[in-house]
Amino acid sequence: MALMLVKFDLKKRVKLAQTVWFMYWFAVMAGVLVFSMGLFFKIELRKRSELMDNNESHILPNLLIFMGLIACGINAFGGKVCYDSLDPTKFVKWKPMLKTFLVFCVVFNALLIVTALMCFVMKIPLQFTLSEGLKNGMRYYKDTDTPGRCYMKRTLDLMQMEFRCCGNDHYRDWFEIQWVSNRYLDFSAKEVKDRLGSNVDGQYLMDGVPFSCCNPSSPRPCIQMQMTNNSAHYSYDHYTEELNVWKRGCREALLSYYGGMMNTIGALVFLITLLEVAVTVGLQYVDTSLSTLANPEDPESESEGWILEKTVKETFTDIMAKMKATGKGGKVEEGGEEGVATVS
Amino acid sequence: MVVGKVTFTKLEREKLAEVLWLLNWISVMTGATLFGLGLFLKIEILKWQEVMSDQGILYVPHMLITTGLAACCINFLGGKICLDCADTNKFLRWKLVMMPYVICTFFFTSCVLVGALMCYSIRGQLEESLFLGLRSAMRFYKDTDTPGRCYLKRTLDLLQIQFHCCGNAGYRDWFHVQWISNRYLDMTSSAVVDRLRSNVEGKYLADGVPFSCCSTFSPRPCIQQQVSNRSAHFNFDRQSQQLNLWRRGCRQALLEHYTGIMQSIGLTVLLIWLFELLVLTGVRYLQTAMENVLRLGDPDSESDGWILENSLAETARSNFNIIKNLGKCYQTDNDPNINVPTPAVEQEVPSQLRPEGSLTSGTPQVQNL
Repeated sequence: MALMLVKFDLKKRVKLAQTVWFMYWFAVMAGVLVFSMGLFFKIELRKRSELMDNNESHILPNLLIFMGLIACGINAFGGKVCYDSLDPTKFVKWKPMLKTFLVFCVVFNALLIVTALMCFVMKIPLQFTLSEGLKNGMRYYKDTDTPGRCYMKRTLDLMQMEFRCCGNDHYRDWFEIQWVSNRYLDFSAKEVKDRLGSNVDGQYLMDGVPFSCCNPSSPRPCIQMQMTNNSAHYSYDHYTEELNVWKRGCREALLSYYGGMMNTIGALVFLITLLEVAVTVGLQYVDTSLSTLANPEDPESESEGWILEKTVKETFTDIMAKMKATGKGGKVEEGGEEGVATVS
Repeated sequence: MVVGKVTFTKLEREKLAEVLWLLNWISVMTGATLFGLGLFLKIEILKWQEVMSDQGILYVPHMLITTGLAACCINFLGGKICLDCADTNKFLRWKLVMMPYVICTFFFTSCVLVGALMCYSIRGQLEESLFLGLRSAMRFYKDTDTPGRCYLKRTLDLLQIQFHCCGNAGYRDWFHVQWISNRYLDMTSSAVVDRLRSNVEGKYLADGVPFSCCSTFSPRPCIQQQVSNRSAHFNFDRQSQQLNLWRRGCRQALLEHYTGIMQSIGLTVLLIWLFELLVLTGVRYLQTAMENVLRLGDPDSESDGWILENSLAETARSNFNIIKNLGKCYQTDNDPNINVPTPAVEQEVPSQLRPEGSLTSGTPQVQNL
C-alpha cells in the first residue's frame, strides 16, 4: 500500500506543478535568508571577537552560510524541474536524475534540522567563551600602551555603554583588578603606596569603576570613585543606590543578546526546514504522478502520486536489504534492481 | 507667439498618452519616496527636539510629507486621465478637469521645489535653535527633580555619548553652569560654601564636566574634575589633556549631522522635482493637443500642442485680467462706467481664454464646430 496515495488528472497535475514551482521560489528566497543570517551572525561575532579572546567558534555561522548557498542551488534546480514538468518533452531529460535529487533533498532537510538544533545548543560553549574573554578583557583594560591590547580599553568602554552593563557579573568585578595603569600613578604619594601594599599581588585596587559604567538615567552626577564609602559623598547610600551605575553584568548582557539572536535564527531555520520538506514532498508527487500515467502517450490520462511506494516499514526493510546486498558485493545486480523498484 | 509648439499625429498622441501614464505611475512612487523622506526627517528631528529651542525646523519635513501625499494623489489621478487620453471619446469625460489638473500639478511641482530649497536654507535657523536649546538644556541638566525637565540630564548625556561632543561650543561651557544639583551638595562644608560665594549668582561652579564628555579614545582613565589644572593629576601632559574629553561642541556636531541629512534629502527632492517637471510638460502637451483635436473636429487629424498659446508676458497679463474680472463678476454688466470690450476684442478674448478653457466659455465654442 503506497503512502498517501492521491489520484491526479491533467488539471490537478498542472495545478500541483504550478504550486510547487511557486513554493520553490519562496524556498530560494528562504535560502538567501539563511545565507544572510549566517553572514550577519558571523559579522556580529567578528565585531566582538576581542571580548571573546579571538577564540570564538565560527562553526555555526559558516554552516548557515553553506546551507544557505546549497538551499538556493537545490531550490532553483527544483523550480526549473517543476516548470519543465508541465511540458512532457522537457521533463524527459530531468526524469533520470530526479530520484537521486530527491534523496539528496531528504538528506539536506535532515542537515537543516541539525543546523536548527545547533543554533539552540551552541549557546553553551558561547557562554564559556564570553566569561573567559571578558575576564581577560578587564585585566588588559589598562594596557593601552601594549601593542595588540591597546584597543581593549575602548572596546570595553564602548561595550559597557552600548549594552548597559558593568563588569563581568556586576560592577564589583572592577574592584578586584587594577584598571588604572601604573603610568598614571604617582608612586611617591602615600595613598598610592598604601593601596599597593594592601594586597598580596601589589596591585592598585580601589573601589571605583570606569566612566563607561555610569548610567545616564541617574538623577545625580555619576559617582565612580569611593563607591562603597557612604561618607565620601553627600546624601549617598551605596546599598540603596540603584541608578548610579549599570547593575547588570556584561556576560549576562552579551549572552542574552547573542542568545536572542541565535534563538531567532534557530526558529527561522526550523520554519524554513518545514518549507523545504513541503517542497520535497511536492516534487515527489510531481515525479510519481508523471511516471504512473495510465496511458503514457496521452498527456491527459489519469495517474497516481504518492510519497512512498510501499509503507514506511516495508520501504525501510527494503533499504536495509539493499544496503546489505551492496555490502556483500556479490549480489549487486539483483539487489540493485530491487532497490530501484522499491524507492521509486 | 506660441511657446514650444509641437505637432502631433494621432499615433504620436496615443504614444504620448501611454508614456505619460507610465511616468505618472513612477511619479506616484516618487511621491511615496518624498513622503518617506519627510517622515524620516521628522523622526530624526523629534529624536533631539529637547535640545532645540524652537520647532520651526519642523516646517521642512511637514512640507515634504504633504507634498508627497499630494504627489501620490495627483499623479494617481493623472495616470487615469492620461490613460483615457489615448482615446478621443474618453477624453471628453476629462475635458473640464484637465485644466485644473494641470494647474494643480504646476503648483505642487513648485511646492516640491520650495521643499528642496528649504532643505538647504534652514541651516541658519537650525544653528540658532541649537545654540539656544543646548544652552538651556545645560542649565537645566541638574533639575532632575523638576517635572518637565527631569529627562534633560539623560538626553544630554546620551547626546554627548552618541555624537562624541561636549558642551555647546566646547567642554568649557560646563564650567559656566552649575550642573550639580544643590540636593547633592553638602552646604555645611567650607569648600562648597567658598565656591558658592566665589561668584555673583551664588552658583556652584567648578572646572569639572559630566562623565558623558569622556572620550573613549583616551589611553588613561577619564579625568572629569579639575580638568584644566594639569598639576592636579599625575603625568597629565598636553597630549593626555587633548585626548581626555571630546573636543567638539555639540552644536557643531548636531548641525553637521542634520545638514548632512538635509543635503542628501534636498538633492533627492531636486531630482524628483526635475522628473515632475518633465511629467508636467508632457501632460501640458497632451492636454493642448487633445483640446486642439476636439476643436478641429477630426479625431484622426494632426494637432498642435504647446506649453503656452501666447508669449509668457501676454499669458501673465490675461491671467491677471481673469483674476481681476473674477472679483468683478458680481457687479452689474450694464454699468456704463465699466470698460465694455468691443466686438473685435470680444472675438479675440475667448480665443485667448480657450486653452485655459475650464474657467470661461471655452466649451460652447468647441461644441459649435
